[in-house]
Amino acid sequence: MKVTINQQEFDYQGDPSMPLLWFIRDELKMTGTKYSCGMALCGACTVHLNGEPTRSCQLPMAAIGDKPITTIEGLSEDGSHPVQQAWREHNVPQCGYCQSGQMMQAAALVDKQQPVTDEQIESHMAGNICRCGTYPRIRAAVKSAAESIAVKVTK
Amino acid sequence: MSDSTVSQSRRTFLKRSVTATGFTLGLALLPATRPQAMFANAPESDSFAPNVFISFAEDGKVEITCHRSEMGQQVRTSIPQIMMEELGADWQHVTIKQATGDAKYGDQNTDGSRSVRRNFKRLREAGASAALMLCTAAAKGWQVDPYECETQSHFIVHKPSGRKVAFADVVAVAAKLPVPKPSDLKLKSRDKWTQIGKAVPSVDLTGMTTGTAVYGQDVVMDNMLYAVIQRPPVLFSSVKSSNQAEVKKMAGVVDVIDMPAASAPALFNPLGGIAVLATNTWLAWQACNALKTEWQTSEHASYNSDDYQQALLDNAAKPGEVIRKLGNFEQATADAARVVDASYYAPHLAQAPMEPPAATAVVTDDSAEIWACVQSPQTARQQVAGALKLPLENVTINVTLLGGGFGRKAKPDFAVEAALLARQAGRPVKVVWRREDDIKHGYFHSVSGQRLTATLDENNHVTGWYHKTVFPPISSTFNPAANKPSDGELDLGHRDTPFDVPNLQLERGEANAHVRIGWMRSVANVYHAFAKESFVAELAHQTKVDHKDFLLQLIGKDRHIDFAASNTQYGNYGDDLNDYPVDTARLKNVINKVTNMADWDKRESQGRYLGLAAHRSFLSYTAAVIEVKVNNRGEWTIPKAYIAIDAGIVVNPDHVKAQCEGGLIYGISCAIGQLTALNGEITQSNFHDYLVARMPQTPVSIDVEIIETAALPGGVGEPPTPPAAPALANALFAATGQRFRNLPIPLNIKTA
Repeated sequence: MKVTINQQEFDYQGDPSMPLLWFIRDELKMTGTKYSCGMALCGACTVHLNGEPTRSCQLPMAAIGDKPITTIEGLSEDGSHPVQQAWREHNVPQCGYCQSGQMMQAAALVDKQQPVTDEQIESHMAGNICRCGTYPRIRAAVKSAAESIAVKVTK
Repeated sequence: MSDSTVSQSRRTFLKRSVTATGFTLGLALLPATRPQAMFANAPESDSFAPNVFISFAEDGKVEITCHRSEMGQQVRTSIPQIMMEELGADWQHVTIKQATGDAKYGDQNTDGSRSVRRNFKRLREAGASAALMLCTAAAKGWQVDPYECETQSHFIVHKPSGRKVAFADVVAVAAKLPVPKPSDLKLKSRDKWTQIGKAVPSVDLTGMTTGTAVYGQDVVMDNMLYAVIQRPPVLFSSVKSSNQAEVKKMAGVVDVIDMPAASAPALFNPLGGIAVLATNTWLAWQACNALKTEWQTSEHASYNSDDYQQALLDNAAKPGEVIRKLGNFEQATADAARVVDASYYAPHLAQAPMEPPAATAVVTDDSAEIWACVQSPQTARQQVAGALKLPLENVTINVTLLGGGFGRKAKPDFAVEAALLARQAGRPVKVVWRREDDIKHGYFHSVSGQRLTATLDENNHVTGWYHKTVFPPISSTFNPAANKPSDGELDLGHRDTPFDVPNLQLERGEANAHVRIGWMRSVANVYHAFAKESFVAELAHQTKVDHKDFLLQLIGKDRHIDFAASNTQYGNYGDDLNDYPVDTARLKNVINKVTNMADWDKRESQGRYLGLAAHRSFLSYTAAVIEVKVNNRGEWTIPKAYIAIDAGIVVNPDHVKAQCEGGLIYGISCAIGQLTALNGEITQSNFHDYLVARMPQTPVSIDVEIIETAALPGGVGEPPTPPAAPALANALFAATGQRFRNLPIPLNIKTA
């Protein structure tokens, strides 16, 4: 089968029930997308499937079809997506391990909607665990990412 | 793109030797460590001669080696930052190298909140020594006194004349100079500091926001196999029979290997079981799930948490072994106008870092090289060398970034697993712990039962304080006969009870371990602070005194706690009580500060429900106020939290702020999570049944105040955690009148 990841097409011949996470990490050796729970409970493996935040640890290869996939490596060419910038401005990461998933989850919100309320952030981000406890900074960074996108849109 | 990831990790991990044509400083500096009381039983020592390395390339570029493991505390920024203060280099021309595990660096065991405080002086001296060599080289050219020169932004400046020369222009001369003696160094006075105290951004921010940062789970090698291990469900049970032969035929499976069975003491040894090696993680995982294994029984199969909880609380209610005593508590009880008591229980917890443990090994006949997310690379080196029977110097431990550690990754059993499997497989092997492995087979935070009793006179003054603590100790992991709280654990929030009462009696009781017990962020402080600070709030409520006022009064007059007066010795986190006294003025100060921040005195008129707790740990003082809201369905949220910390001099205030935010949230997780055992097996397996705080359970915002002080640096990574659970319990009591003495606190307290 063919899958499109970060605008590049790949061929896959293995077990169709294998979750996308392991194709990305073990076959393509793109390790920005993280494994943490394997049960769609923590969000560390979040990628975009046709623009929607999706847990790649529970997405079988067979279920992808022709929908394009974006990983953290493809969120922007140079780390300049407003979410990535806001993450740096607010010094969000501590250990950083969950942050690829956090940023992919957040980008899917702010790309579509600005501004965002505290309640929207909380309900949108509730599936992403961070054991370092960066949540207060994630809240602030999501808000400022949305604001910076809104400014660009207005301009 | 896959190639670039591979080469990235190669660059990061395969480049081991520095090819600097400049010079490297090997500085023999002051021994900075004392034997650490807490982990005296662990098979490692931190009494190495410390060395720190700063390298200059010919072009003047600087490479700073960070010898501590990065797990979220931003140590790869703060450790260089301390050196940069005296070095006078420009961050743009500095690269940070991660040290391998090697005794030449001194202690590398990244736990106990020690990285800054144990390296603060020696790292400034390391920077100053390098700077003095550069100044001396420049001064030779100018024929001036080197002490008239200083380093600034990668230049040496002659202060009287204003002449300057670049680092690059003097490196060759400096390389031939002798290393200065410590007595030749003149460290900057605090008013001249430009790096220490500055919020330098983390050096790893770009990698962490673009997916290029490499963690233990991310290591990739050519020809590598992925290993997933089925470990015994009960501690020290072993394989009776299994269908290995069948599983070996499954797609992608290259080998199925029996791990050596484990027995007491647990140490840092692998737990045994059966390893499946396959061509990717998924195939290894599927094959591992297909293993049908019958296990031998183990004495620990009798472990049931319900019975054990009752036994701990029963034990806590009986007289125990006295470990600190002042006055006569028995007499105080007889004379009391009122006696109040309460029992508290806290369950096992897993550290549950977001990155489950992982290690990759390449083993030849006479050498081993490991890439792993380890907190203590020297321990990993010793353990791997021991398991493979190799000389220590033939084992290299490369330290990746750690996707969280919290104590779990200070135990390198997973690195040993990788080493054993790579030797047997004859090719590189990455061992991937699944979340289920992490939750069921870890080194768990201890389960505890505690009993507190206070005696009060007719004016509601506390005349006597009794606290008995019972839990299976960490030392049981190293010595199966150890069955009572160790001195090191009692020193974490029990023996150091700071209350000014004439009659004090602190006791411990016995409890046997049935799982591997290990340290977790803040260790015994977590449950000791929970019981102590909850009980203070209970006493305040019963005597109808404001909790803050009651707590301040109980702590009493400004003083340094005199442990000798109560015939006990206090380990004080391995540091001298003269340098780091238990100072009640500093404890009261953070309480006053945080209650001001929270507008505590107006809470009732404002209709806000606040809970307060304060605690000294790791030589620092923290106090927290948590505000809760409880809806009519019984679900609680935390609109706001406040924390004040006095950690002495801080290196990077933004890192300290981040640790306060995150440490407090980690403590909230400690209040809502639990592991239970049934017939010796841990019942929980993943984040659906092992609850950790998600965004909705955490404060919408946290105000942090860092106390300005000239006191010596204390710990930062752990001290924000202990006040969280009692502050939350106290806030929920304020809101609902429900008192939570047994953890966990449910997310919906109407179901409690």
